[in-house]
Amino acid sequence: MNAPAKLGLKQRYSLLTHGLDWKPSYQPMDKIYPYAEFEGIKIHDWSKWEDPFRLTMDTYWKFQAEKERKLYAVLDSFSQNNGQMGLSDPKYVNAIKLFLTGITPAEYQAHRGFAHVGRQLPGVGPRVAAQMQSLDELRHAQTQIHTLSHYNKFFDGFHEFTHQHDRVWYLSVPKSFFDDARTSGPFEYFIAIGFAFEYVLTNLLFVPFMSGAAYNGDLATVTFGFSAQSDESRHMTLGIEVIKFLLEQDPGNLPIVQKWVDKWFWRGHRVLGLVAMMMDYMLPKKIMSWREAWEIYFTEAGGSLFQDLARYGLKVPKYADVATAEADHISHQNWLTFYQACHAAGFHTWLPTDEEMGWLSEKYPTTFDKYYRPRIELFREMEKDGKRFYNNALPQLCSVCQIPMVYTEKDDPGTISFRSSEYKGDKYHTCSDGCKDIFDNEPEKYSQAWLPVHQIFQGNCGGATIEEVLKWYKLNLGADNLDQAGSPDQKMWDEWMAARSRVAG
Amino acid sequence: MSVVAIDKNYADKVVIRDRVENFHGNQVVYVHWEDHLMFHAAMAFPLPPAMPFGALVQEVLPTYYGMHPDFAQIDWSAVRWTVDGAQFTPALDKSLKDNGVGHKSLIRFWTPGLDGYKHSRS
Amino acid sequence: MPRIVSITLQNTDDARPIIEAITADNADCTVHSYPGIVKIDRDDSLTVRRSSVEQRIGRDWDPQELHLSMVSMAGNLDEDDDYFNLSWS
Repeated sequence: MNAPAKLGLKQRYSLLTHGLDWKPSYQPMDKIYPYAEFEGIKIHDWSKWEDPFRLTMDTYWKFQAEKERKLYAVLDSFSQNNGQMGLSDPKYVNAIKLFLTGITPAEYQAHRGFAHVGRQLPGVGPRVAAQMQSLDELRHAQTQIHTLSHYNKFFDGFHEFTHQHDRVWYLSVPKSFFDDARTSGPFEYFIAIGFAFEYVLTNLLFVPFMSGAAYNGDLATVTFGFSAQSDESRHMTLGIEVIKFLLEQDPGNLPIVQKWVDKWFWRGHRVLGLVAMMMDYMLPKKIMSWREAWEIYFTEAGGSLFQDLARYGLKVPKYADVATAEADHISHQNWLTFYQACHAAGFHTWLPTDEEMGWLSEKYPTTFDKYYRPRIELFREMEKDGKRFYNNALPQLCSVCQIPMVYTEKDDPGTISFRSSEYKGDKYHTCSDGCKDIFDNEPEKYSQAWLPVHQIFQGNCGGATIEEVLKWYKLNLGADNLDQAGSPDQKMWDEWMAARSRVAG
Repeated sequence: MSVVAIDKNYADKVVIRDRVENFHGNQVVYVHWEDHLMFHAAMAFPLPPAMPFGALVQEVLPTYYGMHPDFAQIDWSAVRWTVDGAQFTPALDKSLKDNGVGHKSLIRFWTPGLDGYKHSRS
Repeated sequence: MPRIVSITLQNTDDARPIIEAITADNADCTVHSYPGIVKIDRDDSLTVRRSSVEQRIGRDWDPQELHLSMVSMAGNLDEDDDYFNLSWS
């Protein structure tokens, strides 16, 4: 007797996804999918959607489970072998404090965002893809938490990441990024996160953190990173399909999509400034400079991408030239911000060594020695005098990206680029033309911002003094914050290394 | 309404958190000492609109800017001021409000000849 | 003008036979090695064949097992039971 013929992959996939969809017969489409039209995007034929991957749920579970088994085996081994002692330097741990508190809650937000889109789009193909991405993002949040929970046993700054996501001043930067995306319609969300973040900019987030982990002895994070990257490759193909599909469906979609690409490129660029400073200042063993990473992953790879998309009429994002010029500045500007503000942050900072400044000089030949070395030298003088500089004033924040307004004019890096707008009789400040455009396009949205500095002034953050606010943040004062030198983290590390050399004899 | 929203009346329902009424009698004022980027951004302060401008100059600025080597050398009579982009000469005995400093106004000041540590604008 | 398709795999025991199969089956690949990963570039298209991998590992192999080793890819994907193909149309 012959075995019954098996269905091929393409057929199987089609039957288990498209084949389970149906045309509603007694409820109108606009009641079932109430968000599908208001953004002005026109879809004439959902069947033209090309599935980026053909994973049925059973294969999805099978492969994801296998990845989990491998990941947790490595994490267990790392934990049992006290892998944290193999780090290049305890300063490195601050990079992953920033990752866990800044990025992990964003993964959870992405999970929620894709779940919403996975319900609200009328097309079954993108719904299935979005639902799988939603599961992936939740997996990333969980695996990151597990990976980093080991460090929480030993190091400060990891213990209240969920509480801090909603309150701490610099964490409002990634939070507001995702709040903005999730309160947009499903098509904007898909372009914002699926395309702009997960395709155009994703390598600028992942490669630095994961390579940084590899170079600095952080096996746990490397393993998480590789495990996540296999999911990310699906996200990238989804992102590119989203933009092609929208642009192919109706020429009227182009100006809408272009606006979103401009907006979300700029917002993504601002958030990635945290990665820039991590790469240039927080890794004891450096991979490459932010400027080099930008050149490879945006100028070259992005250049190629936008050349390809030009056939639809899509243009390179507005202010891409400004972002590229900023690649010579933002890591220094951001680090020197945290240097003076880390009395109010959940991780430590420090000044670079002479050797590190040599590296920075070499990597930033037109800007480091002129603008940033003198600043660092001044801070060093103050440290020598026992007056390590902490800026006790609160900074002016951008009403859109919510970062302190530290960025400077493209043609004058000694002058802050102040921009402002009026809305309903009030002034709103932004840090750049990019953020100002975003504000002016949707003032109704950004005028509602919960800006940490203003909230503190309104008395909504635990009290009037910095100490009361930090306690409201659930920062452990004297442990989570201040300079690396003299921190409990550094003391503990020095004891470990001393014990190790005693044993080695 | 320029925001694209599913509710046509969205603009009427917007709750603006930073209205001056929410600051307990204060207004938010931003101050920036140009060419001194040791101080990473303009500073934000909750100040009474009735506060004399002189108190800003004589109490607030020294507290927060005094640690810079240039500060002690400032010739206050030569300082150039703008508020919200417009040049002005502050009347020290008049209030912030009467000097044109309103809620979320930005004051910028330049100290001629003093352009940061080793003239680096830091 | 040819456009480069690319597949990046983790440098592990699982991926090694796949990398070998790809370079054997696709003429003129460029293989780049980075810490922990291998990136394979080729003009226009690249195919991973099930039979080629199975020959090397001595068991049945599902091309979708690539998901366990994949780090990144560039190109439009066409997949079926016997192959996994990347290309630019």
